[in-house]
Amino acid sequence: MNTIKFNLDGKIVEIETEPFKRLIDLLRYDLNVMGIKEGCGEGECGACVILLDDKLVNSCLIAAGIIDGAKIETIDSIKETPLGKSIIEAFADFGAVQCGFCTPGMVVASYYILKNSAKLTEDEIRYKLSGNICRCTGYDSIVRAVLNVANTMGK
Amino acid sequence: MFHKISTSVKRLDSFSKARGDAQYIDDIDFGEIFHALLITSQISRGVIKVIKLPYLPEGYNVVTKDDVPMGGKNVVNIINLDWPAFATEEVNYYGQTIGLIVGPDKNKLFELLNKIEIVYEEKEGAFTIDEGLNCKGGPIYGHNNLFVDYNFEKGNPTKAFNEAYRVIEEEYETPFQEQVYMETQGMVGLIEDGKLTLYASCQCPFYIKKALCTILNLETEKVVVKQTVTGGGFGGKENFPSMLAAVLMVAVNKIRKPIKLILDRKEDMTITSKRHSSRTKIRAALDKNDYILGLDIDMILNGGAYESCSKVVLQRAIFHINSVYDFENVKVRGRAVATNTVPTDAFRGFGTPQAVFAIELFMSHLAKLKKENDVIFKKHYFIKRGGKTVTNGIMHTDVKLEEMWAAIKEKCNYEEKVKDFGRGNFKGVGAAFYLHGGGFTGDGEFKIIKSKVKLRILKGGYVEILASNVEMGQGVLTTFCKIVAEELNIPLDRVIYQNPDTSRVPDSGPTVASRSIFIVGKLLQKAAAKLKEKWNLSDECEVEENYESPVGLFWDGDALQGDAYVDYSYGICVVEVLVDPITFEVKTIGIWSIHDVGTPIDLKIVEGQICGGILQAMGYGYLEKLELKNGRYYQNTMTDYIIPTSLDFPTMDIMLFENTSPFGPFGAKGVGELPFDGAAAAFTLAVSMAIDRDLKKIPVTPEYIFEVLRH
Ligand code: FES
Ligand code: FES
Repeated sequence: MNTIKFNLDGKIVEIETEPFKRLIDLLRYDLNVMGIKEGCGEGECGACVILLDDKLVNSCLIAAGIIDGAKIETIDSIKETPLGKSIIEAFADFGAVQCGFCTPGMVVASYYILKNSAKLTEDEIRYKLSGNICRCTGYDSIVRAVLNVANTMGK
Repeated sequence: MFHKISTSVKRLDSFSKARGDAQYIDDIDFGEIFHALLITSQISRGVIKVIKLPYLPEGYNVVTKDDVPMGGKNVVNIINLDWPAFATEEVNYYGQTIGLIVGPDKNKLFELLNKIEIVYEEKEGAFTIDEGLNCKGGPIYGHNNLFVDYNFEKGNPTKAFNEAYRVIEEEYETPFQEQVYMETQGMVGLIEDGKLTLYASCQCPFYIKKALCTILNLETEKVVVKQTVTGGGFGGKENFPSMLAAVLMVAVNKIRKPIKLILDRKEDMTITSKRHSSRTKIRAALDKNDYILGLDIDMILNGGAYESCSKVVLQRAIFHINSVYDFENVKVRGRAVATNTVPTDAFRGFGTPQAVFAIELFMSHLAKLKKENDVIFKKHYFIKRGGKTVTNGIMHTDVKLEEMWAAIKEKCNYEEKVKDFGRGNFKGVGAAFYLHGGGFTGDGEFKIIKSKVKLRILKGGYVEILASNVEMGQGVLTTFCKIVAEELNIPLDRVIYQNPDTSRVPDSGPTVASRSIFIVGKLLQKAAAKLKEKWNLSDECEVEENYESPVGLFWDGDALQGDAYVDYSYGICVVEVLVDPITFEVKTIGIWSIHDVGTPIDLKIVEGQICGGILQAMGYGYLEKLELKNGRYYQNTMTDYIIPTSLDFPTMDIMLFENTSPFGPFGAKGVGELPFDGAAAAFTLAVSMAIDRDLKKIPVTPEYIFEVLRH
């Protein structure tokens, strides 16, 4: 067991963990961040994405040990930011939520690409969201929602 | 102009889901809980000789067939009772449940599971349709492996074939398909208020309840099933959860602790039900102008090791085998064959996509022989109001395919494209026509399901819907509330619909068969109309509404004759492709569709169903490869089993055609499955034009195209 200390959604957390525990399990089962979902457990679906030091990563592929000292943002804080709120609002407006299991991951990924792109076209959104699988929507509504937010941001 | 109910609202579950607040089964805190892992067969067919268990520390248990309580039947009660919940001696598919290992620590459970040793006497398995038909290794089911062998006729096919100028025959194949609901199967069982209670991600709480009463030998009031927020189903959570629930609740009954059973993705893909693979042979008797005198159709579904709902899937498949066409003389044979593979079961479309694929490709093939454009050829046979279905039922309602075609062909510039494409330029366009009967087949709604709904007025002027249909992504939480609010003329936020709990709600039937809006929605509308009259009588009151069969319809379930469905939804899908002449990769340039679903209860929700359904079908047609190797699926992870991402296909053009139904609420018809039915056929026809060759199976992968072009 190691003790790790990191910034989780703006709060400093100190916790004992097996260093090889998957980060997704640490966050979900030890720290109760249930908005992170497990769709595949092998880096293919993006349902578990979080921001680790401002980078978009699949939390199912990361060992808890390496996040000591890191900054982690999950859907829990992103949903309260102005950008996160407008993404969620757009998802609701464009009918981009069906079963919802991919959605928190989609919101986090959208937040990341909207923050880190100067300009976003539909094709770019499709490209940048292609690590997030959705089996329900067919993606069009999601792409429209993100494009709409990009447009209102002047991107 | 659509009814005003069609105007979109924000789905009532959008925010809780997008914010990550919605609680799926694995997100709920049940306090101290045990975990269960499945002990499954590691061979496809054989006899279990010995099960050697490791030393089990305190608190750890293995649960097997011997733990089924007295009087309980060790079966998964679906339709037939042939599927043992826990394997007895025999195992008939890889992944079949033998037992459960239960205990407090999941890691420890994995360690113990690895130490369980099962000795089998392995037997030769039958995996393909042919091996099943030939009873390779001896019959798995009955004496001939046929779960069922249906035969019926329309008109006089014998005469048609006797008079034929020539006979054309082709054969089509469709593969297994995995649902890949993003949330894997999962459930938690416990004892709540003295009752065995199950929380589950599922489509049919009352189906599970029935299965639990059978295996536990309990009266219905002793068992409760509560649906939790469900991360997709697509048919995969229709019957399979009954299997998991049956074994889990035997464990809960024995251990008397809350137990959680959640499948990981690999396990889910390995052991859960798939779409039926199929083979359909069609023979056509043609006159000397190459018009169709009659058809002879033989369709076979691979049903897997146990019957599950294969018979019902087969019925829907063969009742849709004529699709949108009214052929005068048809002979149909349909069989579901047992093999040593995972029992196949429901998947969006429920046999219809397999049927539509075969008939659409065959019709285009005949058009080619006749040297006529395939759409023009197909239009000769369009069924019309008053026409006869393949089961000699009457088409009682308006069919607007001609008008729909006129609208979509303009939109996608079909005629121009047909002129330019094909002939070796690797460009192609394909159009598929399809229909989908809403609700259960035949008299199922009336004789088997007998739906009941209730509306209750709560204090403060709220109205609660009591029904058993689940929200699994398709939007029924919102659309049910819209129907009631509209009929009562009250704001949407005055209507409440909670996830069904079998101890609180009447059985309005399963969430399947595109029936929720068309059948149950109508009951809700009627109930609301009743409630309107009572509204002022008391503060709190309740009304109930029961399903009644529409008058004037006729069905003979033994002969399979009559009106197989009350009403139909219709669709046309057009796909344009460009095939890379070197790699044979197919780039889809455009996807257009037009659907007649009557009145859309919510435009955005309906469009979402269409877009999602078509994309799944494009995956089925092009990407999704699920192959068997000795009865095991070769692809059992999301790395190996490829489903569409946002990059694979372009934005779709979606049109809706208004043609209201007299049977559904506000004129609505079913929509859930319809959009899946035709896109794979349209895609295949487009590639077929692009490479100027006939294609006979899906997925149309680059390897398949290469193989076809080489010959
Ligand atoms: S669960 Fe992490 S990528 Fe799918
Ligand atoms: S909404 Fe169901 S997986 Fe995306």
